[in-house]
Amino acid sequence: MKQSEHHKQAVQTTGHAWDGDIQEYNNPLPRWWVWTFFGTVVFAVVYWLIYPAWPVGRSYTKGLFNTITFQTRDGQEVTTHWNTRSRFIADMQRGEAAVKQREYLEKIGQSSYQDIVNDPDKMGFVLSMSKVLFADNCAACHGAGAQGKIGLFPNLVDDDWLWGGTFEDIHQTIANGRLGFMPPFRDTFNAEDLRALAAFVLSLSGITDEHDAARVARGREIFTGEEGGCYYCHGKDARGMKSQGSANLTDKIWTVADVPGAPTYEAKLQAVEEVIQNGINRRMPAWKGRLSEEQIKLLTVYIHQLGGGQ
Amino acid sequence: MTTTADAGRVRIYPRSVSGKFRRLKYAVLAIAYLVYYGLPWLPWHRATGPDQAVLFDIVGRKYYLFDLVVQPQQIFWLAGFLVLAAMLLFFVTGIAGRVFCGFFCFQTLWTDLFMRIEYWVQGERPARIRLDQQPWGPEKLRKKGLTWLLWFLVAFWTAITFTLYWGEAGTLLREFFTGTAPAAMYITTGILTFTTFTMAGLAREQVCTHMCPYSRFQAAMFDKDTKLVTYDLRRGEGEQGRSKVRKGLKTLEERHAAGVGDCIDCGYCVQVCPTGIDIRNGLQVQCIHCGLCIDACNTIMDNMGWPRGLIRFSSAREQEGGKARLFKLKTVGYGLSILVVTVLLFWSVSHQGEIDTAVRQIRQPLYVLLSDGSIQNSYQIKLSNLTSETHHYSLRIKDLPGAQLDVGHFRTVELKPLKHLTLLVKVRTPQPPPGAARIQDFEFEVVNRDTGAVAAIVPARFYRP
Repeated sequence: MKQSEHHKQAVQTTGHAWDGDIQEYNNPLPRWWVWTFFGTVVFAVVYWLIYPAWPVGRSYTKGLFNTITFQTRDGQEVTTHWNTRSRFIADMQRGEAAVKQREYLEKIGQSSYQDIVNDPDKMGFVLSMSKVLFADNCAACHGAGAQGKIGLFPNLVDDDWLWGGTFEDIHQTIANGRLGFMPPFRDTFNAEDLRALAAFVLSLSGITDEHDAARVARGREIFTGEEGGCYYCHGKDARGMKSQGSANLTDKIWTVADVPGAPTYEAKLQAVEEVIQNGINRRMPAWKGRLSEEQIKLLTVYIHQLGGGQ
Repeated sequence: MTTTADAGRVRIYPRSVSGKFRRLKYAVLAIAYLVYYGLPWLPWHRATGPDQAVLFDIVGRKYYLFDLVVQPQQIFWLAGFLVLAAMLLFFVTGIAGRVFCGFFCFQTLWTDLFMRIEYWVQGERPARIRLDQQPWGPEKLRKKGLTWLLWFLVAFWTAITFTLYWGEAGTLLREFFTGTAPAAMYITTGILTFTTFTMAGLAREQVCTHMCPYSRFQAAMFDKDTKLVTYDLRRGEGEQGRSKVRKGLKTLEERHAAGVGDCIDCGYCVQVCPTGIDIRNGLQVQCIHCGLCIDACNTIMDNMGWPRGLIRFSSAREQEGGKARLFKLKTVGYGLSILVVTVLLFWSVSHQGEIDTAVRQIRQPLYVLLSDGSIQNSYQIKLSNLTSETHHYSLRIKDLPGAQLDVGHFRTVELKPLKHLTLLVKVRTPQPPPGAARIQDFEFEVVNRDTGAVAAIVPARFYRP
């Protein structure tokens, strides 16, 4: 239609006239819109019937023909009106993915650690599920990539295991927790002895200063003698003891003193001195009651493969 | 025009016509329907995978197209294909107007079929107009009912067929009618039945006029050399305008002497138009270039014994007496682009390797200091077997001196056909001398153990503190 014809068309008005000649255009809603609107009304009514909808006194309409059946923790079968919480429970009990996960968990529960790590299929499940478990339960302290934090939480990705890196050790650590303790030696040593001990500890990892040979010798004396008694826990060879969770001081890894981060030899000495003075008091909680046996097993395998295990 | 701004829609009752373009449209229709409805049922033999020529397996993330199996990481082929389709569309539109709309668009194809059904049940245009005007009675109820039933069956089968592309056709169909098919199939079938019925049966030309964006930007692709469905204004109108065949205006000579054009104003071209326009008013946004008005006019011209082509595919330049140019920057440019994209696409499809690899560096932590002072980086390597044979692969490192590779328990991995596997590997280098580069580029080599050849080389980076 041409533009001119368009303007010739009579325009609908609402029929009112104010001040004699002021009229109002009537633009009715498109019919498809009106029908869609009626459609939503019908939808709403059907929805009210099927789903919980209206408050009635202290209760509410429960919805018809729409129940959910699930089992409570003590094995009772419960049928309730539709609600998302029950739907979730039912889905976790009967849902396709949940059933499959449960089957896998059972399989993992019955397999030995060696079986699991040699089976790519099981290993695939372990890695994907324990990644989530780790993120939910462990990452808060140990970090998202299990890299830990020097001075606070051990790094789980390196090849050093304070409490042992076998499957059994790791399982024990997760299930029952650990108490990492080193007494403070603030009052035991004078400043010179403290420095000597720190220099000796650094020298164990190959960090030396040519002017410090005498100090290192003195430090060794304190360490291996009754004066310091450090060897009680760290061992005569300073390689640590897994039963104590005492650190291996001869490797390049530092879990408490931030030696790698200290820029100078002097600063490294200070970092070690601080640990000797203040001691260590770290605690990892037990997860036995909080995680299921299968979940702990999954995490054990996960952490074992993170650092390569022992 | 089929609608006005204020009033409702003006119904269109296209008259049937026969001729060159009508035959061409039927041919396209037949081929398109044969392909669409038949393809899911075409068997195909494969070493691994379903015995169906075309199957888009969403759950398995494999898209089977005859002997080609497309995996999600090759989705850029789809992008290439779409670019090609767009280029082709622009190319054709620049040369011959909206012929895609008129001959190949599914809206046109299905509307055409639905109009045919209408014609079979209710008869020719006058019969349909009469039927619509008469009050509801047994005849109207029967004819309308039968039309709608047939429409519904076609729409339903169209919808079902669409779903059959996404699974094993026979199984899906059986499941559909035994009530065990996936919900997605019922929902898709429902939606597509509804839209097919509505769009092809009821909305028809309104889809082209009001919904389709293509009709809105078509004009931007036309130029003076584009062959459009054009009414030859000079020939049709003469100096005195068109005129019906009257006494004294019966032969061409008489008409030319009187200054009257060749158009006898029979209105056939308007009656056959599926979008209800009068082509004699010139180029209009509704025109889909189906050529049916050309067939109609040629039929009349043949009856009159006058030359054909009063309405024809003709360019603006030709109307002005010039000659349409085919080779010019636009057409040659689009043509070359099409060629380049086609070659690239074919090259990419035919030169894909046997394996697809992706390396992701574990960034948290980026590196780990080990007890002997060496540095460890970890990588997640994903290997996808693109072939239909089982292969065995191992990994090795290139260009990283002193590096050790730790692949855990899986020294050699077996990759079943079309399967993928994610490996976590660790790379260690000895304690770096002071001042060593903090970032070092190196490569993983994936070695096919069966042939001994390097199947893929994947670049990666090694980070140090």
